Formats: sequence, C-alpha cells, structure tokens
Amino acid sequence: MASAVKKRRMGLQERKEARQGFIFVSPWVIGFLVFTAVPLLFSLYASFTNYDITSRQDWIGTRNYTNMFFHDPLFWKSLHNTLYYVVFSVPLTTLGSLLLAVMLNQKIPGMKVFRTVFYLPSILSGVALYILWQMLLTPGSGLINVMIGWFGVDGPAWLVDPVWTKPAIILMKLWSVGGGMLLYLASLQNVPEQLYEASEIDGAGPIRRFWHITVPMITPVLLFELITHLIGGFQIFQEGYVMSNDMNAPGSPVNSLLFFNLHMFLKAFKVYDMGYAMAMAWFLFVVVIVLTVANMLLSKYWVHYEGGDNR
Amino acid sequence: MSTRAAASDGRYFQSRKTKQRVGKTILLLVLVGISLLLLLPLWWMIATSLKSLTEIMTYPPTWIPKAIHWENYELAWSKGHFTRYTLNTLLLAGIGVVSHILANTFIAYGFAKIKFPGRNFLFSLMLATMMIPSFVTLIPQYIMFSKFHWVGTYLPLTVPGFFGAAYQIFLIRQFFMSIPNELIEAGKIDGASHYYIWWKIMIPLAKPAVVVIAIMTFQGAWNDFLGPLIYINKESMFNLQIGLQSFKGQETTQWHYLMAGSLMAMLPVVALFFFFQRYFIEGMNISSGTKG
Repeated sequence: MASAVKKRRMGLQERKEARQGFIFVSPWVIGFLVFTAVPLLFSLYASFTNYDITSRQDWIGTRNYTNMFFHDPLFWKSLHNTLYYVVFSVPLTTLGSLLLAVMLNQKIPGMKVFRTVFYLPSILSGVALYILWQMLLTPGSGLINVMIGWFGVDGPAWLVDPVWTKPAIILMKLWSVGGGMLLYLASLQNVPEQLYEASEIDGAGPIRRFWHITVPMITPVLLFELITHLIGGFQIFQEGYVMSNDMNAPGSPVNSLLFFNLHMFLKAFKVYDMGYAMAMAWFLFVVVIVLTVANMLLSKYWVHYEGGDNR
Repeated sequence: MSTRAAASDGRYFQSRKTKQRVGKTILLLVLVGISLLLLLPLWWMIATSLKSLTEIMTYPPTWIPKAIHWENYELAWSKGHFTRYTLNTLLLAGIGVVSHILANTFIAYGFAKIKFPGRNFLFSLMLATMMIPSFVTLIPQYIMFSKFHWVGTYLPLTVPGFFGAAYQIFLIRQFFMSIPNELIEAGKIDGASHYYIWWKIMIPLAKPAVVVIAIMTFQGAWNDFLGPLIYINKESMFNLQIGLQSFKGQETTQWHYLMAGSLMAMLPVVALFFFFQRYFIEGMNISSGTKG
C-alpha cells in the first residue's frame, strides 16, 4: 500500500489514469450490463411467469418448473438426447484429438502436411457441413455405408433410424477432431524435451512416458477443453434442426434429434411460450454451472500445474 | 517419478534403434491411413458436385465422375439465389470484423496497460462471463431487441459486436501484456494520449493477434445460423447459412446441386485457412500458452 504522502502526490495523475482506464473498458461494461446481466435477471424473473412476448406476463410461481418436470415428456426426451450426445461425444472427441496430437508430436516427416489434413475437416462448418453429412449418411449409396459394405456388413439407416441418429451426429463430430488436436499439439510442443530424455534413460517405454509425462503436463489444457466441450455439448442445437429427416419437424425422426436447446427454441419461437422456455434455459444453466464447478473442484486431483509457469 | 532400472546394455540400444525405425514406419502408415479416411468425404463431395443426377444414383457408386458437369455450379448458384445471400453475409461479416477489432483491442488495452481501481475485479468478471452459455441469454435478448423494434433488421446481429466479446478481449489482452510497458511510457513522454498509443502503437504491434480475431469473427459471421434464424424473416435479407438451409428444402435430394452449393458456401473459409494457416496455429498457441 502506498503511503499517504505518496498517495497525495500521485493522486491527480492517478485519477486521470483511472478515468482513462474506465473509458477504455466501458464498452465492455455497458455491453455486459445490457446484453448479459439485464437479460439474465429478466429471464430468471420471467421464468416464473407465463410470458408470451405480446399479451401476458402473469406471475405463475413455479408452475413452469413443475410442468417441465412432471407434465412435459418431451422435456425428459430432449434432456436424454442431449445427455446422450454429451456423454459419448465429449470423451470420444477428446480422446480422438489427443490421439492425433500425440501421433503428430513424434518426429516424423511430413508432419505439417498431416497437420493440415487433420485440421481441414474442422474448419468446414455450418449448414454446408450438415448437408454434406446427410449425403454421406444416406442409407443406400452414401459413402459411409459404402465403406462399411467393404467389410461385408450392412450399415444402419443412420439419420432415418431413430436409434442411429445420435451416433450419426457423433460420427460427424469425430470427423472434425482436428480442431482440438491443434490445441493439444501446441501444448504438447511446450513439454520440455529433457523430461522425455531423462525418462528414456530411466528406461520408460512410450506408453509409460505418455501417462507419466505427457498427460500430466497437458492436464491444464485438457481441463480447459473438457469444460468448454461440456458447455458446448449441452448447447447442441443446429444439428438437430438442420439434419432432421423431415424439414417441417425439426428433431425428427421420432424426436430422436430433439435436443434440449431445440425443444427450448421451439417452445420459445414456435409456440411463444417464452416463460417456459426461459425456465428450461435456467434449468440447463444450473446443470452446466454445477458440472463446471464440479470439474474445477475435481481438477485439484488430476490437473498438474507446472510451478512458476503461471503468468 | 521413481527410478526405474533399465536394461541399458548395448543389445538394448541396438534393438531400440531398429524398433524405433519400425515404429516410425508403422506410425507413418497409420497417419497416411487416417489422412485418406478424413479426405475421402471431401473427395466424395467434390465428385458428387460434378456428377449428373443419374450417375449419382448408380450403384456401385463411381469414384471419378464419368463426365464433368461444371454447369452444376452455375445452376446451383442461380437456383439458390446465392448472389444475394453472399452479399448479405459479406456485409455482416465485414461489420463484424471491423467492430470486433476496434472494440476488443480498445477494451483489452484498458485491461492490459492502464491501472485503475477495480480492474482486476472487472477482468475476473469478464472471464466468468465466458462460462455463461449463450442459450441462457438468447431468449431475453430476443425479447429486448423486439422491444427496440430491431427484429427484422441486422442490428441485433451487428450492434453487440461493438461492445466487445470476452474471449477475444482475453486473447488480445494476453498479447498486449507481452508488449513492454516502456513503449507506452516512451509514447507518453512524447505527449501521446492513450488513444494514440492504442491506435498507432498497440494495434500494429499486435497484428498476429488482430488477424486471429479477424479470422475468428469472419468464420463466426460466415457460419452464423441461429442469429439470422430468429432475427431475420425476409428472404432478401437471408445470410448464406439460412439461404443454404432453404436451398436444401427446395432441392431435397438433388445432391449434385446441394454439394455444389455447399462447396461454394464453404470455400471462402477454406481459402482463408490456407492463406492464413500460420495465424490459425498462432491463435491456438496464444490460447494454449495462456491456459497452460
């Protein structure tokens, strides 16, 4: 703490500086209040009303929440669909991108070419990507089933068969694991070479080296990726909207692609049950917060921070 | 790690060398295999976009189109009204890139280089907002914009960009932190204001990070679906993603047109990637380095 004398002497200059600082960050502060804080609080309030944007906004207590839990089978269906997606896609894509990164981190010729090729699918996104995969997943003549056919097996009907729609989406996600790979590769390249050399002299094999050096060294990035993928996974929406096999019934067939956010979206923008939709949003928000906090707390047991390397 | 006694005799090292070579060869083969697997869908897409519909329907499928139908692209382009959608998307992306560069470097400068009370609190608050999933604010924001009578205009899609985006502020701020304070002090002694330093010194010095956020923003605007889906209701204002979705509804299983249209829609982002590959990787390094 500065002494009183010092404080007085630097007061004017400091105050001018502070004013400048506030001016510079003010766009964010205003944006935060207008686009995040107020909407967040409003939606919490409105989730206890029957708000429909045009006519009504009556306080109905917890009825939206009780309706959600006890009277809306599609709520559970959509929650199940989203959980199914998260539970399979998050570990599989993490494993996939980590595996690719580890393979590319070996000293091999053409590493840059492989890196480009692996990363390429992940920059393809948007509706075009979904259209591409709808074609690839066509049951009869689509590429995926043609390839499965090479092994003498008949592929499933993918986006037409409600049992296979979610695996189809996960398969599509696996195609673009290159995005995560790049992040892991960057952090793998930060692992000091000496660690590997030392352990090699100690006779540690590649698998042991991987588990005892590589994994601990990249756990901070792993944690970050896990949290962002978890949050991102719960937000899955567009896939169910665009890849449904009936364009007039998003989430079809048989609501197997009706993800939580898609159900919320339809409630809000098709039947204008805004209060209910905001109750759904808050429910999922709480779930995501709980999971994120749990992740952070558990990270103490598995995330390894290199001492002194923190900025 | 505990000490592990290893068989470090001569035989061990010799066999290790051949083992390594065999291992590398196997690895190389695996990598080539994965590459082919990942590229196959892209080839399939290109091939389909150039085939005739009858050739697409033949079984077993052909890997190389028997006749190249370039006209698929022209027809898809005109059938899908892509000129309009592309111009709309370019407008949105252009505003997005400019607003994000201006706002996020400006805000990041305040967080990185000016001392003021409450700075750390505000910065932590900003980091915390990165954890708020966008679906929570989606509906109340819509309600707010509809009260402003902004629904049906581009304002909900463009105005928020001028107020900064947490992740990008964070990224730029990290980059600014690595620029020595002496530069700013020197500028101040020469009588430069913070605005001048931000505009004339910091932005040029942070070019790699600025390019990274420009690419990110462009990609985001180019692929934006949900925003236009809820805010835009006139066909003439559709962006490429919404346009593509309605094109899909119109052409259903005309895969040659759909693939040609999709390819054209994805091309700018792919081109961007090949031109700025270094910056894509740079962006990863900035974010992984700071979170690591």
